[in-house]
Amino acid sequence: MPIQKKAVALISGGLDSLLAARLMLDQGIHVEGINFYTGFCVEGHTHAIRKKDKKKPKRNNALWSAEQLGIKLHIIDIIEEYKDVLINPKHGYGANMNPCLDCKIFMVSKAKQWMEENGFDFIITGEVMGQRPMSQRKDLLPVVVRESGADDRLLRPLCAKNLAATLPEREGWVDREQLKDFSGRNRKPQMALAAEFGFEDYATPAGGCCFLTDKNYSDKLVDLWQARNKKDYELDDIMLLKVGRHLRPQPHYKLIVSREDGENKFLKGYKKQFSTIEIKSHNGPLTLVDGELSDEDFQFASRIAARFSQGRDAQSVTVKVTRKDGEEKTFDIPPMPASEIQQEWYI
Amino acid sequence: MSHHTLDARNSLCPMPVIKTQNKIAELQAGDVLEVTCTDPGALNDIPAWCRINGHLVKDSLENDDEVVIVIQVAG
Repeated sequence: MPIQKKAVALISGGLDSLLAARLMLDQGIHVEGINFYTGFCVEGHTHAIRKKDKKKPKRNNALWSAEQLGIKLHIIDIIEEYKDVLINPKHGYGANMNPCLDCKIFMVSKAKQWMEENGFDFIITGEVMGQRPMSQRKDLLPVVVRESGADDRLLRPLCAKNLAATLPEREGWVDREQLKDFSGRNRKPQMALAAEFGFEDYATPAGGCCFLTDKNYSDKLVDLWQARNKKDYELDDIMLLKVGRHLRPQPHYKLIVSREDGENKFLKGYKKQFSTIEIKSHNGPLTLVDGELSDEDFQFASRIAARFSQGRDAQSVTVKVTRKDGEEKTFDIPPMPASEIQQEWYI
Repeated sequence: MSHHTLDARNSLCPMPVIKTQNKIAELQAGDVLEVTCTDPGALNDIPAWCRINGHLVKDSLENDDEVVIVIQVAG
């Protein structure tokens, strides 16, 4: 009896990786999934912070995919290693701060390392030739193969017939004839295959899986780097970019103003790391203050914070400022009129 | 069989899942792990991870601020 070959599948939580893994399972391959967490993954359902989103079903789509497939899933924290990919992308950024090609190369190289450490035979991805402008262009697919070091142990079941045969195909571990020849941005072939397999309720195909492809998020990241005068970040920094309104009224400080109760609760976890502004006389947001502020700056920032409270139309509201060193001051200020909030303060 | 705890508070999914996964890798079959989280998403994600990896969720509780999941480690 031949030894069952083993493939490690990059599982993003999207439809393509789900289908690619299923095609391999149907060929009798032992498949286990691997999912990398960069800190920028939308999969982290960080939107669940917001209370208004609580009625939406919360699930991690990579885990959901693994459960549909009946395979193990290994979720790996690559937050630290990923910094170099984002800060120094050899192949540059896409439309926003998304280093998609470098990211794919890095993830496949990590999968190769995992494959070797765990005695697996090859790697599969859900890539489709021509589907994405940066990482899945026909001329760039070989770059991923070469620079990741995966070489011909990287199989793309959804578009394999458009590419040269890989080791698993040449060795007869998988039947090339049963692989697909999908290409381009048309999603209909994937949807038809999903229907054939009976997959329903899969993640929205065009949903995107990375905050770095989002312009608003990328703008906040660039602002963070400019304000610090260096390209670097910690996990907390990139988490906070997903939460609240971000305003920079002066170059030397930024305000993160919560938008509702869920964000208020989340931001409270950062009270020891930041100076804060709380509205005491009315319901209102918790505001984190990033930067070193004078008393005058705090007065100004508090008027902005008060603008977002239920006391916005009051003559004055009571605010409590707590500096990072623990010093507290409570005072009354008039909320800033909407007309004085400058649009360019919003990041 | 021994009882262990894991504090995964103030981290957002999938970090509580990753912390659970890494902690369970250090435990023995039959050990019990009690994970405390503040991300309500953990209430779905950790049991999902347990199901696909064969571990048993013995209990899960949710209150306003925290989620507690009790897991028995599979062999």
